[in-house]
Amino acid sequence: MKKDELLRMYHEMVVVRRLEERSAELYQQGKIGGFLHLYIGQEAVCTGLISARLPQDRVITAYRDHGVAISCGIEPRRVMAELLGKVTGTSKGMGGSMHLADVTKNFWGGHAIVGAHLPLATGMALADKMSGADAVTICMFGDGATNIGYFHESLNLSMVWQLPVLWVCENNLYGMGTAVDRASAVSQIRQKAEGYGMPNDRVDGMDVLKVRAASEAALANVRGGGPFLLEIATYRFRGHSMGDPERYRKTAEVQQWQEDDPIGIFHKHLRTSGCSAAELEQAEQQAEEEIAEAVRFAEESPEPGPELVFAGLPAEAS
Amino acid sequence: MPSMTMREAISQALWEEMERDERVFILGEEVGLWGGTYAVTKGFYDHFGPERVRDTPIAEGTIVGAANGAAMAGLRPVAELMTINFAFLAMDQIVNHSAKLEAMFGGQFSVPVVIRAVGGGGRQLGATHSQTPDVVFAHFPGLQVVAPGTPADAKGLLKSAIRSGRPTLFIEHATLYQVKGDVPEGDHLEPIGVSKLQRPGGDVTLVTYSKMLEVSLQAAERLAKEGIEVEIVDLRTLRPLDMGPVIESFRKTNRAVIAEEGWGTYGIGAEVAARIYEQALDFVDAPIARVAQKEVGLPYNRRLEQMALPQVEDVIQAVKGVLGWRK
Repeated sequence: MKKDELLRMYHEMVVVRRLEERSAELYQQGKIGGFLHLYIGQEAVCTGLISARLPQDRVITAYRDHGVAISCGIEPRRVMAELLGKVTGTSKGMGGSMHLADVTKNFWGGHAIVGAHLPLATGMALADKMSGADAVTICMFGDGATNIGYFHESLNLSMVWQLPVLWVCENNLYGMGTAVDRASAVSQIRQKAEGYGMPNDRVDGMDVLKVRAASEAALANVRGGGPFLLEIATYRFRGHSMGDPERYRKTAEVQQWQEDDPIGIFHKHLRTSGCSAAELEQAEQQAEEEIAEAVRFAEESPEPGPELVFAGLPAEAS
Repeated sequence: MPSMTMREAISQALWEEMERDERVFILGEEVGLWGGTYAVTKGFYDHFGPERVRDTPIAEGTIVGAANGAAMAGLRPVAELMTINFAFLAMDQIVNHSAKLEAMFGGQFSVPVVIRAVGGGGRQLGATHSQTPDVVFAHFPGLQVVAPGTPADAKGLLKSAIRSGRPTLFIEHATLYQVKGDVPEGDHLEPIGVSKLQRPGGDVTLVTYSKMLEVSLQAAERLAKEGIEVEIVDLRTLRPLDMGPVIESFRKTNRAVIAEEGWGTYGIGAEVAARIYEQALDFVDAPIARVAQKEVGLPYNRRLEQMALPQVEDVIQAVKGVLGWRK
């Protein structure tokens, strides 16, 4: 991989980290409402995975979607504006943290009913197949989503219809506070693909380059044939959402994973493969500035007007 | 004007829309090789092929979900649910996705999906297969809910639903499939969200839709022989609800009965009555009456099932009740 691309990926991971750190602060200040699910610890997943897609490939994910939005090429300022409920946000302030989307970047959301976007991905892949488009739908979801009926119905149907869809499970070991082994009959999610005769793979999600390589292979597999399930083993360093008391896991466990910080791992790798400390620092500095600008932009942006309340609904005739 | 059954009218609408627009396709259980559980899509598989007439596994949530996704991606899916009772298995997709996504994402995309569902009681199918839960779906903003009572309306409204670009639940009453009626030739369209006067009369306004239109027309015939002229307004669309013709009629008659096949509690009758009171209180000469299903799951036994369903006689009694009411 070229040095420019490596540095771009490093910068992207830092942007996501800083965005989430600032979001947490703004949430605590009461400037962000609703639920806030941070991506900290999982940056290698969105960066590695989405860097492998072609522009025509669709991306759809669950509610932990800020990092995914950034990796799809949405500017941090538009993400931050949506978090603050501003009209300049990706969804004009109508969706909030869990419902980011920008279809011009082929990012189809942020969906907050666990598992419910898997059938949507099935349908989008079906549309691409029917119209003869050379596009893959990349559908990301958590380990918790693999226990709901939608997951099984959608994997099954995608195989029956041989749809161009890449199922990506971000296994961060907990569905809210319930550990995988307390909720799932099999500990490796990839095993569930076997039941549908679906090719699959599992990769270390703390190493962005491994994620990238596995994603490239998986996407090639989908383009050459039918669906594929890629399990990416990762960990979230923060709680499920901002309101998480974290009684279900030990501090030592979190600390151990934090030693495997995906940004730290990538930093180490880059230092030994031709990137200077100054170059990495510059990428970090640039990310800091972008996030500061994003917050400024979001705070200065106007609220959506009252006309948006009824936008997207058919007029009532009475 | 050719006469045809409701089944033929719906089938024609689908066929013509698929011929007109290649983005239109059908998916659902037994829609293809079988020809549709109610034979609505008979012959489609051979003509349009397996790509556009897609047999699915029994997985209602994913049938509607995949239809939503295909609609988001620019196609015009028509998903068939074998019965509306199975729509509960797809409730999340209908309520949280079909109805919500466009507005929630700031209008970036629309969800032009049509969900056809067969509903209604009276076929001895027991409590879980005989429901008329139309009002449940009409509760949710963002969803168009259409329930025709005549072949002409069925054809014209289904074609409009497919072209509307909006998520639509299209409810077909199973016992209306064999009912015949005149259907205008050619590209017949009926507007969604417009109620229709189905029979003029000056004594009582009778508001109804779907199967109960047929029942109400029979009641009106009998009442006419007794010199009572009932004016029937067919809602046709439950959301958006068009009260215009209802209020216009009520200002003339000052008395109203609302007849629905589903349960009355929190029902169509409750909604329409509330709106009449809100919009035409000065014209009210008698409490508005509601005719609805008994508040039970429908029994299998034919006699008991008919006892629980609203009948012609129930409508007649309700009409006489509001006419005879004095302070």
